[in-house]
Amino acid sequence: MEEGEFFGLLGPNGAGKTTLINVIAGLARADSGAARVMGADVRADYRRARRMLGVVPQELVFDPFFTVRETLRLQSGYYGLRRNDAWIDEVMHHLDLTGKADANMRSLSGGMKRRVLVAQALVHKPPVIVLDEPTAGVDVELRHGLWQFVRRMNRDGHSIVLTTHYLEEAEAHCARIAMLKEGRIVALDTTRNLLGSFSGLDLRLHLDRSALPEGLPGRLLEADGAQFRLRLANYAELEDALARLRRGGVVIREMELHPPDLEEVFLRLTGSGS
Amino acid sequence: MNRFATLCHKELLRFFKVSVQTVAAPVLTSLLYLVIFGQALEGRLAIYEGVRYTAFLVPGLVMMSVLQNAFANSSSSLIQSKITGNIVFVLLAPISYGEFFAAYVVAAIARGLVVGGCVLAVTLWFVELRVHAPLWALAFALLGAGLLGTLGLIAAVVSEKIDQVAAFQNFVIVPLTFLSGVFYSIHSLPPVWQQLSHANPFFYMVDGFRYGFFGVSDFPPLASLAIVFASLLAVSSATLGLLRSGYKLRH
Repeated sequence: MEEGEFFGLLGPNGAGKTTLINVIAGLARADSGAARVMGADVRADYRRARRMLGVVPQELVFDPFFTVRETLRLQSGYYGLRRNDAWIDEVMHHLDLTGKADANMRSLSGGMKRRVLVAQALVHKPPVIVLDEPTAGVDVELRHGLWQFVRRMNRDGHSIVLTTHYLEEAEAHCARIAMLKEGRIVALDTTRNLLGSFSGLDLRLHLDRSALPEGLPGRLLEADGAQFRLRLANYAELEDALARLRRGGVVIREMELHPPDLEEVFLRLTGSGS
Repeated sequence: MNRFATLCHKELLRFFKVSVQTVAAPVLTSLLYLVIFGQALEGRLAIYEGVRYTAFLVPGLVMMSVLQNAFANSSSSLIQSKITGNIVFVLLAPISYGEFFAAYVVAAIARGLVVGGCVLAVTLWFVELRVHAPLWALAFALLGAGLLGTLGLIAAVVSEKIDQVAAFQNFVIVPLTFLSGVFYSIHSLPPVWQQLSHANPFFYMVDGFRYGFFGVSDFPPLASLAIVFASLLAVSSATLGLLRSGYKLRH
């Protein structure tokens, strides 16, 4: 993974996403191989590696003895930070937690607890932030706010690793994606290339006639009267197709172009769909 | 605050926040022992010359509170964190296994001393007691609490459920403390039981602690101190090895 990237880690349940994160975070030990965070080996140089890393765990865990502010102060101290209140206040503000600063963790709703988990991962301003299924069971409003905040962190130079079941989230945010299956990487590429190389473009046409001109590129998937659905490999083929329609004097009544969908790529690569 | 101090502070905050349960309850229990055993046995047992039975009982009860509470603090805190999953916050941080160990044990010692101090303060209302050599008493309290805090860590690391920690407490710690001579002098026991008592490390802690109050003991205090210290070193190095390996903490 490159510095400053917004990186997606996708795969079906049991693919090894959380295990991989646990190895990087030092919560689990790899049977073989090595993991490094910003060049720091997670075992040999664990102090530096862990300072570089902020992890938002998947499970909704909390310590029922403390308030939100106490939780965040303690977490700062675990990283050797004293007088971190200015940053704690800022993080709480962005995550809309200020009103709950002195509330006991036990009294918070699930969504609020999730926000505290995010705040805890950020107290030491880590250059690398790992979000393990951050929006599972989170309401729409929080999800929106969370993404805004994470994208801002990314713009400010933080590298983000995201695992998610919501493919549209990965598609919307991640510049590069690794797909895991049974502990192995089955694809690792930019989101654009992954989508381009696997699905192509879905072109839907409503024409003024029920026959297509000769030599149109792509593959005809459906034809229903004057409506057609074509699968094109890329945008060059789209240009060619439009040129041939024009030369054949065909009038386009309606046209829709569907970009490839990560779900399709995902299903094909992980072999859990047709 | 540095990492060790923060973790230690967290552990202290945890027991202060529930001090009715962690301090007041054990103090009441000790007081009940004093009232019941003191009433029942006062005048029937003369253990050391010129020492009333209730006076004899007090240091034993104080030390029993110190030991049991030190064990309870580290074991219950860690097993709860493991079960609820919030131990992850400590494991994610750049905290070494040595800092982790020290924080839990120091907090356990603090809890042991606070409860022991409260038991002593309360029982002094009922019993007149002179302290012969306070530094001896303090040394045994510190080392004993350290040893039990360390045992509590082991119990919590190895256990996966609260029942397992409770079993360790009920079947190992409680019998060993009750059979350590809190309520009697081992000289009043049949020879076989006297021999067996010498194999119980808790006996040396209680006996040595009592020496600090009366200046008399069943076993030479310096030898007791050496035995307790050696036990602490052995158990600590085993615990550090366990923590270093990440056993049942980092998978």
